[in-house]
Amino acid sequence: MNASAGHGASVRIEACGKTFIDGTRALEPATLDIARGETLVLLGPSGCGKTTMLRIIAGLELPDAGGKVLFDGNDMTSVPIERRNVGMVFQSYALFPNMSVSDNIGYGLKIRGVPAKERAARVAELVALTNIAGLENRRIDQLSGGQRQRVALARAVAIRPGILLLDEPLTALDAALRDRLRGELNRLLRALGITTIYVTHDQAEAMELGDRVVVMQKGTIAQIGTPREIYFTPQSRFVAEFIGAANIIESPIENGYLVLPGGRQAIGIDANFPTVVAMIRPETIRVVETGSAPLSGVIDSISFIGDRQRLVISGVSNRLFTVDAPNTVQAKAGERVGLLISPEAVRLLPSES
Amino acid sequence: MSHRSFVWLCLLPLAVVTAAFFLLPMARLVVTGAEGPQGAAGYLAILTEPRYRATLINTVALAAATTIVTLIVATIAGMFLQRHRFPGRAVLIAMLTFPLAFPGVVIGFLIILLAGRQGLIGDLSNRVLGEKLVFAYSIYGLFLGYLYFSIPRVILTIMAAVQKLDVGLEEAARSLGASPWAVQRDVVLPALAPAFVASGAIAFATAMGAFGTAFTLATNIDVLPMLIYTEFTLAANFSTSAALSVGLGIITWFILALARSFSGSAVAAAG
Ligand SMILES: Nc1ncnc2c1ncn2[C@@H]1O[C@H](COP(=O)(O)OP(=O)(O)OP(=O)(O)O)[C@@H](O)[C@H]1O
Ligand SMILES: [Mg+2]
Repeated sequence: MNASAGHGASVRIEACGKTFIDGTRALEPATLDIARGETLVLLGPSGCGKTTMLRIIAGLELPDAGGKVLFDGNDMTSVPIERRNVGMVFQSYALFPNMSVSDNIGYGLKIRGVPAKERAARVAELVALTNIAGLENRRIDQLSGGQRQRVALARAVAIRPGILLLDEPLTALDAALRDRLRGELNRLLRALGITTIYVTHDQAEAMELGDRVVVMQKGTIAQIGTPREIYFTPQSRFVAEFIGAANIIESPIENGYLVLPGGRQAIGIDANFPTVVAMIRPETIRVVETGSAPLSGVIDSISFIGDRQRLVISGVSNRLFTVDAPNTVQAKAGERVGLLISPEAVRLLPSES
Repeated sequence: MSHRSFVWLCLLPLAVVTAAFFLLPMARLVVTGAEGPQGAAGYLAILTEPRYRATLINTVALAAATTIVTLIVATIAGMFLQRHRFPGRAVLIAMLTFPLAFPGVVIGFLIILLAGRQGLIGDLSNRVLGEKLVFAYSIYGLFLGYLYFSIPRVILTIMAAVQKLDVGLEEAARSLGASPWAVQRDVVLPALAPAFVASGAIAFATAMGAFGTAFTLATNIDVLPMLIYTEFTLAANFSTSAALSVGLGIITWFILALARSFSGSAVAAAG
């Protein structure tokens, strides 16, 4: 594994926008720095421009005039993909159907003129690393989805790329396999230490894999930050709602309290506003006796999830309120309960979003 | 009536038609081929008699050359037409496929207009080189005619196959460092192999059996269909023409089977 440990290149995207010939504005000019060895996740809903940004970094798409892509400080904007030394894993895997598994993995080395013996050794190394021993001579159509994913990754990594680019590599797999491979992929990426840019629309994947996460919305960058920053201090309603579950509240603030139909909630600062947008994560709320909390509501429904239970409560704010309670809490639908929320758990968001 | 016998009953018309229009005449043809003065050895004459053998070699060479050149031209043109959008593209495709409906006679006529005694090329070369270039009535004219005939057919097949190519595969190869040439060699051509075999087979078989063009260009060309025609109508040599016909069928079939088995692995892998 040490043999393949490298740290890759740093990447800078400078004012890269993308307008397709048909006039579609897929990406507003964006600037982004990715440190050497970092794993950066591009996260966002379908059509927000993740793939477009990845393809610009790869060299498969040219940014609009004025945009620049730099690797280690060198301008790569006009360098074609075949000379950028990037490893790429496509959503459909794009494995060569006319080649065996080991020929797929060794293709990039063959193109580089690596002698057969050295190539075979490197392929064997990657076969071991990605856990696909025994499949070397199979044709691609004889592999399962998870095996294809591993071959695609092995092929991309074989060339010792400076940057690894992955476009939703797990989306085509079923949920259980996705969870397992996510952990495996995480360990592998850490071990390789290559600069990695990972595209996904699955926030759990983004949280687990990313050193930093870029949340995208309609071709713009909504927020950049570590998974914790993104989760605990979202800067917009969009980010708050896209990452995890969130209770969004619109209400006035009086003397440092949110004034809600179900009671008053302290926010920790003394302020007055006619109306604000605030977010409260479901797991930060404690369910207590009605008398011992300033907020209360009526349980609408309960879903038991196993490790916890999710209560939907009405009458707290203008919309239904979601609370994640420990699975030991005894509660029934129709019951009135108190909700205890610490002031720090209330996050105010810019109201225009 | 059981389900099974019902199916058999339905197959009956097919069996009758097959027997009446295919098996019986074929069998008769095979038998006729062996009814000449030499008996069954008449078939051997296709290979031993120098004139027949030369014609046979001519025909196969011509058909093979036609197939190869057609595939090259049609692949480049088909790939370009499918991958690029430019003004006049639709018109160009329409023009390229226009000769689809032409019978061999019309193709022959076109070749004469182009390279015949009063042809365009002759006029032009006469003015430029002071020498009249006429090749319509030679094997080159025939070759040109066959190209004209098969390119439209093959282009359409190739265009359909190119449309189905996975662009992701090409991008993947490029990301691994493959030059445009290497991408063609390692990804595109293998993926098009089934289309090459299918359309190449049609081009080859058509060129082996084409008669109209050869007949129109007539002079000094010996290809199998012409030979069969002369043996049949002029020499009234039924057994020889029957033997030649059977030979034409078998040789075409054999070469196609050979091509298919050669490309078989590629086709299976790309499938
Ligand atoms: N070649 C193209 N021509 C025109 N518009 C395009 C092209 N490719 C993408 N788009 C558009 O650009 C926008 C962004 O596309 P992109 O593929 O980057 O989204 P994405 O975030 O990767 O979405 P998904 O999660 O569905 O893959 C979309 O509106 C899409 O329709
Ligand atoms: Mg995408």
